[in-house]
Amino acid sequence: MTESFAGQPWLSLITFAPLFGALCIIARRMMSRTDENGNVAAAEQAQIDNTARWVALGITTLTLLVSLGVYVLYDPALSGYQLVEEVEWLGGGINYKMGVDGISILFVLLTTFIMPICILASWDSIKNRVADYMIAFLVLETLMIGVFCALDLFLFYFFFEGSLIPMFLIIGVWGSKGTKEFGGISMPSRVYAALKFFLYTLLGSLLLLVAMAWMYAQAGTTDIPTLQNFEFSAGAQKWLWLAFFASFAVKMPMWPVHTWLPDAHVQAPTAGSVVLAAILLKMGGYGFLRFSLPMFPIASLDFAPLVYALSIVAIIYTSLVALAQEDMKKLIAYSSVAHMGFVTMGIFTGTKQGIEGGLFQMLSHGFISGALFLCVGVVYDRMHTREIAAYGGLVHRMPLYAFLFLFFTLGNVGLPGTSGFVGEILAMTGAFKVNSWIAFFAAFGVILSAAYALRLYRQVVYGEMTKDALMEIPDVDRRELAMLGVLMAFALFLGFNPGPALSVFSPAVDVVIENYNAAIAGVGH
Amino acid sequence: MGIFDTLSFTFPELTLAIGAMALLITGVFLGDKSAKQISMACVVLLVGAAVLVLVGPSGTQTSLFDGAFRIDSFSSYCKVIIFGAAAFAILMSDRYLAGEQLGRFEYPILIILAAFGMSLMVSATDLISLYMGVETQSLALYVLAAFNRESQRSTEAGLKYFVLGALSSGLLLYGASLVYGFTGSTSFDEIARVATSTDTNTGLIIGLVFLVSGLAFKVSAAPFHMWTPDVYEGSPTPVTALFAAAPKLAAMALFTRVLTTSFSGVLTDWQPVIAMIAVASMMVGAFSAIPQTNIKRLMAYSSIGHMGYALIGLASGSAEGVRSVLIYMAIYVMMTIGTFAVILMMRRRGGMTENISDLSGLSRTNMPMALIMTVLLFSLAGVPPTAGFFGKWYVFLAAVEAELVWLAVVGVFASAVSAFYYLRIVWFMWFDEPAPAFERDSGPALAFAAWGSAILMFPLLTVFMGPLTQAAGIAAASLF
Repeated sequence: MTESFAGQPWLSLITFAPLFGALCIIARRMMSRTDENGNVAAAEQAQIDNTARWVALGITTLTLLVSLGVYVLYDPALSGYQLVEEVEWLGGGINYKMGVDGISILFVLLTTFIMPICILASWDSIKNRVADYMIAFLVLETLMIGVFCALDLFLFYFFFEGSLIPMFLIIGVWGSKGTKEFGGISMPSRVYAALKFFLYTLLGSLLLLVAMAWMYAQAGTTDIPTLQNFEFSAGAQKWLWLAFFASFAVKMPMWPVHTWLPDAHVQAPTAGSVVLAAILLKMGGYGFLRFSLPMFPIASLDFAPLVYALSIVAIIYTSLVALAQEDMKKLIAYSSVAHMGFVTMGIFTGTKQGIEGGLFQMLSHGFISGALFLCVGVVYDRMHTREIAAYGGLVHRMPLYAFLFLFFTLGNVGLPGTSGFVGEILAMTGAFKVNSWIAFFAAFGVILSAAYALRLYRQVVYGEMTKDALMEIPDVDRRELAMLGVLMAFALFLGFNPGPALSVFSPAVDVVIENYNAAIAGVGH
Repeated sequence: MGIFDTLSFTFPELTLAIGAMALLITGVFLGDKSAKQISMACVVLLVGAAVLVLVGPSGTQTSLFDGAFRIDSFSSYCKVIIFGAAAFAILMSDRYLAGEQLGRFEYPILIILAAFGMSLMVSATDLISLYMGVETQSLALYVLAAFNRESQRSTEAGLKYFVLGALSSGLLLYGASLVYGFTGSTSFDEIARVATSTDTNTGLIIGLVFLVSGLAFKVSAAPFHMWTPDVYEGSPTPVTALFAAAPKLAAMALFTRVLTTSFSGVLTDWQPVIAMIAVASMMVGAFSAIPQTNIKRLMAYSSIGHMGYALIGLASGSAEGVRSVLIYMAIYVMMTIGTFAVILMMRRRGGMTENISDLSGLSRTNMPMALIMTVLLFSLAGVPPTAGFFGKWYVFLAAVEAELVWLAVVGVFASAVSAFYYLRIVWFMWFDEPAPAFERDSGPALAFAAWGSAILMFPLLTVFMGPLTQAAGIAAASLF
């Protein structure tokens, strides 16, 4: 019974189901009657918008359910890839190959779980071009799931870079207002942010393309399991590692190539920020663990000091930058960079605690930073400003909101009991095993994160309510409560009981470490 | 081989040549009111010629006319695409020509003659047939560039194209005569034998440099690209659509055949030259397109850049490299046709518009058109999941395999820069306030070309890339 179930292309199904939903919305949109200026009658427009919302919600929920089914079929005790599908694609060793292991399965679930929340978060706050918006999100979901399921480097790249297109449109079309001077040209700042996001990440990932071509020329295939066992020469590893690093460091983002992230976060609509923080950033960390560490172990060891240095700078410097922010979203964006510093630090320690801590931190950050952006979205929808100074004393009018926001703020700080704590402590333990100084400096990040997160919380929620505009602000409604409540449940569950998630990671991480240690022992390090 | 056997291998070319003459006579008798019927007849001829190529003996290599003309998988692959692209160019012109009072019967016949010339080019295996093909094609194209003879821009374009084209033909001929002088033969095979056997043949290399210059002009690669923006901008738009597609493929194919067959022995001499031309073209294409406001000029720079990428494949000089050139050019031709179909749809009451800013807010005034253009632009930029990405992948792969990693890295940087101006058009279409809408009814031919091209770029070719790479692989193998 299970055998025949497991043989079906479930991963392709969850990958392409959202795309199918997008096609449905496109079809509905194309069928509408338009006048010669492309306008649709108001009644029909409302109907299309509603259809789009419900289709998007339905499809993302369905995808979530099927992905839970996939999780049931997945055997966490086994190492290696499961539910593998393979179809000939370009020929010559480049195939359509999908599969999951302990590292990727939880990211697939994270993606399918975050997406319905994003759709719900956009339910009322997106008013113009709703159908297009939903199409973009559904296409984005397909590409994101594809990134985590791909077992072929070429296919991975295909999804990885393809995900730029919908995000580019989401930031550019539904971004916030304001203009920006750049190079003598005045352009809307959302356009600036969208272009910066696209070009920055494109340049990084194009170097990966060249590296991939080189690897293909050597190995004759882009099959990921084969490449992971293919021993590249130590000299080649150095260059390949740098090319991959260029791509993933920008995506992650690591200091000093993080500057696109605050712009993108500030301009993106709430759900766009959530997806960006919760999932798109994780592609970088996932890439490090899937490619850099297993494929170029010697280079990873050699370059580890560089990664530690950049991570420490990210943790301390961007935390300080976060302290100085006046825009709520920007503050959280900088805090994301700092938290991703723990991830890179953990992964490149090459220890079990470090890698699992990095993975866990990514998972946890997916819930907590996503929730924080939702919290900003809640007040932004009501007041249409993200400036910290425009708020104050919200606890008087929004007690429930104050509670939820406090919880996620503390999660961001890494309070024991929340999932944020587990990831940070594991990553630091891993770092401590390698070099206690790294752990020492990283610990500053925990202190600083408390400083900026609590400052944000105090200024927004506590104090006297002095602003007239805030007098009538309503508390969270049921939709918002549901979204934040679910995220809170997960953050708490993972915080008190990290075992299940860690045991899913464990077999795959063991394999990575075993190969890593074997490789570096082989060259006598 | 008897003369009839020989001719039987050239049925596609004969169809075009005889058909063109017959239609010319018909046109003279019937006058311009028959332009529409003659157009249709020309399309039928081109499609027929393409079918003849496909059913013809493409698997074997056949040399005809004392080794001046060769039928092989390489030539067949190129001919099918050339005839197809020319047929689309005719189909897409009708509406424009009618609108601009240019509906003359010579127009499609000139395109057929150009296609005939291109067909000679891709099959040429002798310096004389090479020149014959190039000139047949060019003469027809000069006239087409100046086809709107009432318009100053168009006549200027034609004249400029002619003068510079004649110069490049001169360079080509001079190179050919040097090569002949130092090898004693005009046949590619014979040149190859001499080039491989002698140690250093300086005269041959100098001749080669002139040949390369002349051919670089034909593919509009930098630094021989100066004519391109002016000619593209000045020519009637459907003519530009023709220029950007089929002749580029024909010239690139000729370029490839000359260098990889007759000069394969001196690969180390021409590889750096081609690599530098590729770098220059990519840079010109990437940076010069940024300030453009006219979409035809922008497409001109974009095509210069694309030739640069294709030349990366050629610079590798291997079968892999030739395969990548063929894949790249096929995808390039398909997406160019689609893009020009969209440009031809940019018509408002009172005539055609050519400014990029006219596309502002297109996603609101005309969603299907914006969607098509977006797919095509991302494909031109080479971003997955569109087919343009696969083209880039194969040329970079060929470069890396030929140990030209630096060239691939330069290509990567150039494509990141060029992504900017493609994105700028996307930005206009999606992020800006709408400009007045375009006329909706653009006719079935344009809609078919635009939709067809966009659907090929994504998702058709994305899924079915295998067959194209296979065909290109077979075609490339026939040169080695």
